[in-house]
Amino acid sequence: MPTALILVLVALGSVLFHILSPWWWTPIASNWGYIDNTINLTFWITGAVFTVIILFMAYCVFRFRHQPGRRAVYDPENKKLEWWLTIVTAVGVGAMLAPGLFVWNQFVTVPEGASEVEVIGQQWLWSFRLPGKDGRLGTSDTRNVSPDNPLGLNPNDPNGHDDVVIEADDLHLLLGKPVKLLLRSIDVVHSFYVPEFRAKMDLVPGMVTYVWFIPTRTGTFEMLCTELCGSAHYNMRAKVVVEQESEYQAWLRKQKTFAQLSARTRQAKGTQ
Amino acid sequence: MVDATIGTAGAIQPAEVKDVDLYHPKSWVTKYVFSQDAKVIAIQYSVTALSIGLVALVLSWLIRLQLAFPSSFSAIGPGEYLQFITMHGMIMVIYLLTALFLGGFGNYLIPLMVGARDMVFPYVNMVSYWVYLLAVLVLVASFFMPGGPTGAGWTLYPPQAILSSTPGREWGIILMLASLALFIIGFTMGGLNYVVTVLQARTRGMTLMRLPLTVWGIFMATILALLAFPALFVGSVMMLFDRLLGTSFFMPAIVEMGQHLKYRGGSPLLFQHLFWFFGHPEVYIVALPAFGIVSDLISTHARKNIFGYRLMVWALIIIGALSFVVWAHHMYVSGMNPYFGFYFATTTLIIAIPTAIKVYNWVLTLWRGDIHLTVPMLFALSFIVTFVNGGLTGLFLGNPVVDVPLSDTMFVVAHFHMVMGMAPIFVIFGAIYHWYPKVTGRMLDETLGKFHFWVSFLGAYAIYFPMHYLGLLGVPRRYFEMGDMAFIPQSAHDLNIFITVAALIVGFAQMVFLFNLIWSLSKGKPAGSNPWRATTLEWQTPETPPGHGNWGKELPVVYRWAYDYSVPGAKEDFVPQNQPATPRAA
Repeated sequence: MPTALILVLVALGSVLFHILSPWWWTPIASNWGYIDNTINLTFWITGAVFTVIILFMAYCVFRFRHQPGRRAVYDPENKKLEWWLTIVTAVGVGAMLAPGLFVWNQFVTVPEGASEVEVIGQQWLWSFRLPGKDGRLGTSDTRNVSPDNPLGLNPNDPNGHDDVVIEADDLHLLLGKPVKLLLRSIDVVHSFYVPEFRAKMDLVPGMVTYVWFIPTRTGTFEMLCTELCGSAHYNMRAKVVVEQESEYQAWLRKQKTFAQLSARTRQAKGTQ
Repeated sequence: MVDATIGTAGAIQPAEVKDVDLYHPKSWVTKYVFSQDAKVIAIQYSVTALSIGLVALVLSWLIRLQLAFPSSFSAIGPGEYLQFITMHGMIMVIYLLTALFLGGFGNYLIPLMVGARDMVFPYVNMVSYWVYLLAVLVLVASFFMPGGPTGAGWTLYPPQAILSSTPGREWGIILMLASLALFIIGFTMGGLNYVVTVLQARTRGMTLMRLPLTVWGIFMATILALLAFPALFVGSVMMLFDRLLGTSFFMPAIVEMGQHLKYRGGSPLLFQHLFWFFGHPEVYIVALPAFGIVSDLISTHARKNIFGYRLMVWALIIIGALSFVVWAHHMYVSGMNPYFGFYFATTTLIIAIPTAIKVYNWVLTLWRGDIHLTVPMLFALSFIVTFVNGGLTGLFLGNPVVDVPLSDTMFVVAHFHMVMGMAPIFVIFGAIYHWYPKVTGRMLDETLGKFHFWVSFLGAYAIYFPMHYLGLLGVPRRYFEMGDMAFIPQSAHDLNIFITVAALIVGFAQMVFLFNLIWSLSKGKPAGSNPWRATTLEWQTPETPPGHGNWGKELPVVYRWAYDYSVPGAKEDFVPQNQPATPRAA
């Protein structure tokens, strides 16, 4: 009896906790509302299944608990019941998978005209690169990395000379403009995560990965590394600032291009 | 109805093979230390696994203390924290759960349940344990080497695993990889034994479809392990080469803290594929024995046949097969080709169907049963709760878009602790309460057992259920401390303290369990040969605990399946597998 009651309390308590929980996802700041919807749908389906199974179990424990004279019913199989349960389960699983795959298709398909921003991870800071006036990012290679060229840009690639380099500082993004992040690491695996954007993707040394989204809300958001990257992993953070056109342009004007930065180091060297 | 397996048996063939002559121990050392008796080896495996498990338990307290009270413990820095989580995870998954289910329960139960005198290769079986012990010792040694154990995370992702910014780079990672390689060698010796024994040494009348589900679960898990561990083995060896010989299997060109390293052209993703090709079946290597054992616990203590036995067997086989084609669902955000997501999402969600069938059949076994709420039964019920909960959150993470925000957050930590931490551990507890009487001849104390159960079950649920919501909020895992992140409210820090308090209480309850294990050894109620009135062969041995060779002069002959509980017309509410005809009331 108490066992059945506690099982009921576990089931109902879980549902209540879910409804009353003050811990919930952050207010969304990107176009991935579909992801939140899919999570909600999954909560509904799995929550119903969980509650039904545990309550059924609690009922059995109460109703069929051992009492003097009770004997179990000999009942090895029931093909019809087993088929029905299989089919119902398959339908439920399909109901979660179908929207999931539909949204995944959007998640991996970058729309035309998305602006490209390169994100470079290294222990334990974030750097960024924006294409310059030519709209194209120059090539890069980890082997080019040096104190003068911390992001490893190819100095012989003219496309890269006007690239805007933001080393170990915050990233600014334009409100409402689709952005494709090109992710690259020069040491270990890192992962780009901004909870409000619902977007996450690993940065893998030796290759370039990508993730895209549309910032839909102005503000400053926390950017975290979510792939273990050594002892200061917990401290690898930066800020993403989403802002309107005018503020964004004002910020952009203050940034230096690769050519400017290299010229400055050359000058500094020359005066030594 | 299950035709031939129920009721009166078909004709029993005469024995085709002569009874084997076992190695008979000549001294105390060959009887209890270098023993070739599977039962002794089982106890050696279990005691070793539980001992190293205690280390993991203590590590979990340290992890939780740090998370609840950051910067209160000067002895725990970021490096130590990573070492704790790494060793906790690796010990629990490999050295405790895998070793205990297969080396412990497998060794004890397979020969007894299939009606064999011992494993078919007793000497190799003995060596298997000693290699396992060596693997454990190598692992423990890493705590005492300069730099300490590795802090690479239990997934050991390169390049960080072997670079100097990860703790344990000097010795820890080398010993970790060496220990894994040893473990796999030791396991392979044991695993071949389990498979061949099930296939070749079943007694007369014990058809495959009469095997108890415990044996089916361990058998399938062993096959998975034999096929999956080699991937981890080659991954470990290749990473050792990268670390010691400067090869570049997993290492691309890297600039570490301004220094150009000599690596070039390797692929970090290759390791992740190898790791998860092992790592996902590993989940089922732990889960399938738990599935099997819990089926038998429920059936025995509800005095009812397991519902849908044949489907249960097929579900085990299908889950085992599917577990090899879903591994990259751990890698949706790893940077692999994103179009893999469609395939791995589909296979992953398909695996939910046979798994759900197993859950239905467990609860349907309770329906119209005669439920004895013994400690093993209580643990079986708590398994269903935690497994259903953790299985359902698996449907979140198996769906790539849902996985994107949740991956590498506390949601994942909560999910896998629920589904492959709590659920199988509750089965282990239930199984220990269930079979301890056979192993020792004495019952475990029931009052202590119930205390242990309620604190562990409700405590563990209080730890892991709320933890999901931290992940939903976006709290990342493997973080030494949260710091001052704007999106994390004060209430989340309070929740962390609550979880830690619950974890410490649950940890304390395990001490009560340990006390019970030791105390009952001499003070427990004498059990008799079949205290649970169970049908399977291990309860029908002439001696309790069973002697060397298990069966005395004559091997048992099996006439029926393992689930003849409450057969209509039978006098008792159970009919042992080796009882010829159902005694029918007139």
